[in-house]
This record gives sequence, structure tokens and C-alpha cells, in this order.
Amino acid sequence: MDIQWLFLILAIVVLVFGLGVVVANRRKMDTGQRTELPPRPTPPAVPEREPETGDTLVEEPPVVEPAPEPEPVKPLSLRDRLSKARATFSGAFGSVLGRSTITDETWDDLEEALLRADVGLGVTDGLLEPLKERVKAKEITEPSELLDALQADMIAKLAGSDREVHYDASLGAGQPNVWLFVGVNGVGKTTTIGKVARQQTDAGRSVLLAAGDTFRAAAAEQLGTWAERSNTDFVRGTEGGDPSSVIFDGIERAAAKQIDLVLADTAGRLHTKTNLMEELKKVRRVAEKGAGTVTETLLVIDATTGQNGLAQARQFSEATDVTGVVLTKLDGSAKGGIVFAVETELGIPVKLVGVGEQVGDLIPFHPDEFVNALFDSGTDR
Amino acid sequence: MFDNLSNRLDGIVKRLRGKGRLTEADVDEIMKEIRAALLEADVNVTVVRSVCNRIREHAIGATRSQALDPGQQVVKAVNDELVRILGGETLSIQYAPKPPTVILMAGLQGSGKTTATGKLALWFKSHGRQPLLVGADLQRPAAVEQLRTLGRQVDVPVFSDPEDPIITAYEGVEEAKRLGRDVVIVDTAGRLSIDAEMMEQVRLISGAVSPDYTFLVIDAMTGQDAVQTAEAFHETLEIDGVILSKLDGDARGGAALSVKEVIGRPIAFASTGEKLDAFEQFHPDRMASRILGMGDVLTLIEQAEKAFEADQAEQAAARMMEGEFTLDDFLEQMQAIKKMGSLKNIMAMMPGMPKELKNAEIDDEMLVPIEAMISSMTVEERARPQIINGSRRARIAKGAGVEPGEVNRLVKQFGDMQKMMKKMGMTGGGKKGKGKRGGFPGLGGLGGMKDMPDMAELQEMMGQGGPGAPGGQLPGGFNPPR
Repeated sequence: MDIQWLFLILAIVVLVFGLGVVVANRRKMDTGQRTELPPRPTPPAVPEREPETGDTLVEEPPVVEPAPEPEPVKPLSLRDRLSKARATFSGAFGSVLGRSTITDETWDDLEEALLRADVGLGVTDGLLEPLKERVKAKEITEPSELLDALQADMIAKLAGSDREVHYDASLGAGQPNVWLFVGVNGVGKTTTIGKVARQQTDAGRSVLLAAGDTFRAAAAEQLGTWAERSNTDFVRGTEGGDPSSVIFDGIERAAAKQIDLVLADTAGRLHTKTNLMEELKKVRRVAEKGAGTVTETLLVIDATTGQNGLAQARQFSEATDVTGVVLTKLDGSAKGGIVFAVETELGIPVKLVGVGEQVGDLIPFHPDEFVNALFDSGTDR
Repeated sequence: MFDNLSNRLDGIVKRLRGKGRLTEADVDEIMKEIRAALLEADVNVTVVRSVCNRIREHAIGATRSQALDPGQQVVKAVNDELVRILGGETLSIQYAPKPPTVILMAGLQGSGKTTATGKLALWFKSHGRQPLLVGADLQRPAAVEQLRTLGRQVDVPVFSDPEDPIITAYEGVEEAKRLGRDVVIVDTAGRLSIDAEMMEQVRLISGAVSPDYTFLVIDAMTGQDAVQTAEAFHETLEIDGVILSKLDGDARGGAALSVKEVIGRPIAFASTGEKLDAFEQFHPDRMASRILGMGDVLTLIEQAEKAFEADQAEQAAARMMEGEFTLDDFLEQMQAIKKMGSLKNIMAMMPGMPKELKNAEIDDEMLVPIEAMISSMTVEERARPQIINGSRRARIAKGAGVEPGEVNRLVKQFGDMQKMMKKMGMTGGGKKGKGKRGGFPGLGGLGGMKDMPDMAELQEMMGQGGPGAPGGQLPGGFNPPR
């Protein structure tokens, strides 16, 4: 790396600021208070995020909130579950079908429907351009054929990925599988782990939860609540402590107690924070140091996420070698179309989707159901 | 990726330059870029359509006028339109004549409500108020515990009652009256906008506390769904303002624009970092340039103001333009810049950066040997690096723990930079306050920064990063990184 660039950057920053101050001062003189900056709070000493300095012990044991007892798992399809969310998407398709021929408006409608689902401009163009060719070549003439073809193409785009959540049963006793959960803040990592824990214990595996989110206030308590609900082992550290060592300890304890599977939580972090992504790389490395084997690194993405989801997936993948995506909150009005870009551009398969608050609402991802759910209006078609 | 809309538009305009003037067809091509940029920024499709229609009219107007640079006129039209939609003014809080002022926080799960609640408490505190936090999110496990921890961190009391969220909210306000707290902030459970039961609960909470302000917390990374969410909440609660969270990532935050356009309520605050004081009132003009990927000079300057002594920086800039910048100045500025945050973040806020530079792997670690080398020099050597000979070089290298060649490189490149800066100082007339107006495309519509003429030259020096000539106008000696 050239230090030339450093010089250039530093020089520019100095200049921009130097000149900025000049301009700002001049304007202040000219116009009184117009450039007054917003009042800046002088904060009291707020603990900064410093991983190794954690000796702030959390004083209370986990607070158990009265939680509704999860319902037994019902075999509902994604399509059934998403019925509420379909109106907008299918509305556009309705107007496509309402015309007797394929017109310019048809293409506008389709584009808009896809964009509204957060599919993104790039993927949308990639889907519609070949179809335009086929219409031009008179391969497709009817609006309904066009919709069928689009639907088929969308399913095809997602076909062929390995969507199994891997558990290596060949690892011996005392060598736990480790599933690591990563993602930005607020996507539902901890809740997802809680649900997975329940499902895995129900499936007969012994599970340990490692509270690697040592940053967010009360994150460990939240995970602890899930541990009680699913009656799994639970390892936590001190708030502000080193997440790698919490997860490492969790794996060691699991190994000692011959537990099958460790679900490791990590603090939500924005993918742009270099130091936090470095911390995550360390977590990933350290998780392999002991007796455990990381068999899944799951990136949790919120279905409401827009085009930024691609950047998230790219950065997290670089840091931790993501093996799959969990798409959460698909039971809202958001469609989660960003997964098309994530899958096709980065080749990371969606493995699980969250469609509700109950334990049974975390279900395997099926491309055809997902796409059909986007297309369905709830009654016919 | 749309790294910089103004760069892309410049590219188009350059291609069209031979034609003298923009035609409507050219405008159409430009509009396509603008539309793509807005969609990429997650602005709602419907909003994009209406925005583009209005911008198109302005743009056509611009082509008819004798404007010097129609491309920049278009960028200005875009920026003006976005600023107009985002609302020109920052929301100012009117406190209730009879305290407490009650604030209700609402939002989807994971939008950052609880954190925003804590940050808002700190904000009020720093404005001389005495807030009380009320934890009415009894849904998510440990949400109240999280609020209590935040309360401890900002030294604000927290009230909650595990029985019932509505009673908690009501009792919380009563508690504030008893304690003489003048602001109450009620955190509520996150909910999906289509969950009727939960929406009813928050409506009842609102009824129980009759808030003076209801804030909707929206994640800056939200996609097209932001509009549905905002509409659903607005129907139930009458939102007074929006708090945009997680704006410290690289999301463009187009959701802010959509929400403002659809519910007509301002973005009141923005949350810009993990620390609790990373929370500020919202500036529409800055957001407009962010959505367009045009950097955020004002925020950069604010950050710099915290790190630099203003006089010192002004002098340093002036000396730089005159080529009198010494290694000592450089070291001083470099240390100040380090206080502002990582170089990569700073770069992200700079407008008009060539893509190569923005994407370059910039590691703050690289500053360490440079600092070490400069620190190992004598005062005289710092002022006049040309006196550094073989033995001085060996001494400096030894002191800094680097190869002598590194010292050479530093000295040579510093010389190159001095030359470049001097050249720039001359082309800029060496004086601030004269020269072309609004010459810096990215800043065309930024209120308060319109007359920053030297930036035009700076941009020229940096190269436009346009398709034809990536970094092509960088001065001699500055080659794109490997």
C-alpha cells in the first residue's frame, strides 16, 4: 500500500476542514447564528466498547419474563403464513393479468412489483431483460404466460443450493458441533438462536447456548431466558467481556459435558465497523481452537432490509465465511427480496426463514414456496 | 454500486459536451441514473416516481437556461428536491407547559427503539432536562433489563412494572410527577406493523399517557417496507417525528425520504453510532447528499471541529496552499485526524472521492511508521527535509524501526505533496472567497457551503472518477494504488 494515498487523504482532510472553518467563520460573521451547529451533548462517562476490559459484573441472574408457552409446531407452508403480506405484490400482477396483451405498462408493473419486494434494480433487470427478448421473439404472448415464465425464472435463480443446516454426527462425543450466528443489530439473532435451541432439543440433541453478545445491555439475560425455556445449558461472560473467550468457554464446557451442539450468539454489529468485524474474525478463529467444529456460520438478515443487505452479506462473509442465511421477520409486510441478490451474487444460500414469534415459526427455506408466496394473491393464481 | 451520483452524471455530461447543450433525450438518460441511485438508496418506488417527475421538470428547465454547466444544474435540482422533501428545518422540541413532557417511542422489532430511548434520555439530560425512562416493553425477554442498564449508563432512573404495559406507562407518568422529572420517555414493545393486537396495545398505551411527542424509530437499513410501516403506525398513533437509527453504517437511508414524503412528518433525530452520545438532531440537507452518495462534508467538519483547534487548522490549510507546510504541521494534523475516527470512515464522508480511493484498503496502522519516522527527525529536518542525507537517514530509520528506503520514500512523497498543494494554491488564486461559484458538484445545493470555491480545484485535482478517466487527473506522482 502506498503511503502516497495516505498523504493525499490527510492533505484533503486538512484542507477541507481548514477551508470549511474559514467559510463557516465568515458566514457566522456575515449572518449571525445561521451556521450554528446543533447543541452537542457532553455525555457523562459512558462505557465504550472495549472488549478486554470487562470486569463489570452483571449483578442479577437472568430475569425471566412471563413468556407464552410456545405452541406445538404446525406444518403450515410458507405460503399459508405469508398470506397477510401479499397484497401489494400481487396487486401489480393483477393489473398485468387484467390487460389482454403485454404492453409497456406490463413491464413497468412487473418492475415496480419486484422493486417493491426489495429485489433490487440489478436483479430485476436481470430477470426482466431475457423475458423482454422472449416476448419480442413471440415466444411469450399472453400476460399469464409472462407471469408464469417470470415465476419459473425466479425459482430457477434460487435453485440448486444446499439449504441443509449442517450437523456433523460423525464428530465424536466431546467434540461438539458449533453453529455461529452473526448479523447487524436488531435482526433477531438471539431470538433465532432461542428457536433453534428449542427445535434442536426437541429433535433429541443436547444443546448449549453461549452468550457471545457481551455488548448489548441485557443480551445475555435475553438468551438466558431462552435457555430456561428450552432447558439447555447456558454459558455467559461479563458484560463488556471478550466474546471469543465466552464462546470458547461454552465450547469447552459442552465438550466436557459431552453436549452435541453449541449455539453461539454474537453481538449485532454494523458490517462497516472494521474493529468489530475483526473481533468477529477472532471469534470465528477461536471457536475452532478447542474441541468444537464450526459446522455452520449463519448470517441473520431481517426481511425488511433493503439494498444494504447485500453489503452486509458481503462483509460478514469476508469476515466469517458465512455458510447460510436466516431470513427473519418475513411475517411482516416486507418481502425479503434482497435474498435474490445475496444468493445470486454471493452464492450464500438462505437456509431458514422466520415467519412468526413461535418456536415452530422458524422453518426451512423453500425457493418455490417463497416465490409462489410472492406471486399468490391468496385466492387463485 | 452508486458510489457517487454526481460523478456518474458528470460522466454523462462529459460525453455530451460536444453537443453544446442538453436535449430532452439527454435529460432522460440522466434521469435514469438518478432513478437508479434513488432506488439503490431504498427510496420507495412510488416516491421515486414522483420525485423523478419533479426533478425532470427542473432539469428540462435547466437545459433551456444558458447555464454554464447543465450537469451540475441537474445535480443541484436533485439535491434541492430531496432537501425540500426531507423538510428544511430541524424539529425543535416544545416542552409541555405543565411538566412532564411525555414522549412515546414506537417501532418495529429490532429497529433500535430501546437503544434510541436511552440515547434520547441522554440528549434531554444534556439539554438540562431530567428525564425518566419507562419500560413498557414486556414482550421481548429482558427488554426492561436492557433499559435499566441503559438508564444506569446515562444516570437516568427507570420505571417499570412487570404486570401490564399500559398500567406501567400510566404509572410511569405519575411517578415522574411525584419525582419531579420533567420528561418521560416510554419505551414500547417492538411489533410488526400488521400485528393488530400489538398495534392495539400501543394505541392503548398512547391513550393512557397522551404523549406530547410520538416518535417512530426506523432502521436506516430498511428497504421498501419503510412506507408501509410508517403508514400503519401513523394511522394508529399519529407520529410526530421519526428517529432514524443505525445511520452509522453504509446504508443510504432512503427510507427517511420515503417516510417523510408519505406521512409528512419530519425526521427528528438520527442515531449515528454505538456510543450513547452518538445521537443528534437530524439535518435534512446532509441526508440528501448521503442518499445521493455525495458524501457528508458538514458532519465531517463537525467531527473535525471536535478534534482540531480551528485557528490551527485554518493556518495549516493556508500554509499548505502556499507550499509552506512542514512535516511538523503534517504530524500535528495527522494526530488530530486520528482523533476523528478511522481513515476509512472519514473517506466515506468525503464528497467527490474517486472510486479507487474510496475502495482502497486504508488501514490506520499505516500511520504508525510515518509518525515514528517524523518523530525521529530533528526540528530542522522536519522543517527542511531536503537536508536529510545518508547518515541522517540511517539515524531516522533506526529510530523509527524502518528501512532507510522508507524514509526516502516519505521525504520524496512529502515533497510531491507539497508541490501539488502549491500548484493547487496557485490555480485557486491562492485566496479563498474568490473564484467560481458552486464549482463543486457534490455541494451544489448544500446550504451553508455554497461558496467554497477552492473545493472545485480540489475536486479537479482529485480527478472526477468518471468512467472515462479514473483518477486520471491526479497530479504527477500520485498513482492509483496497486
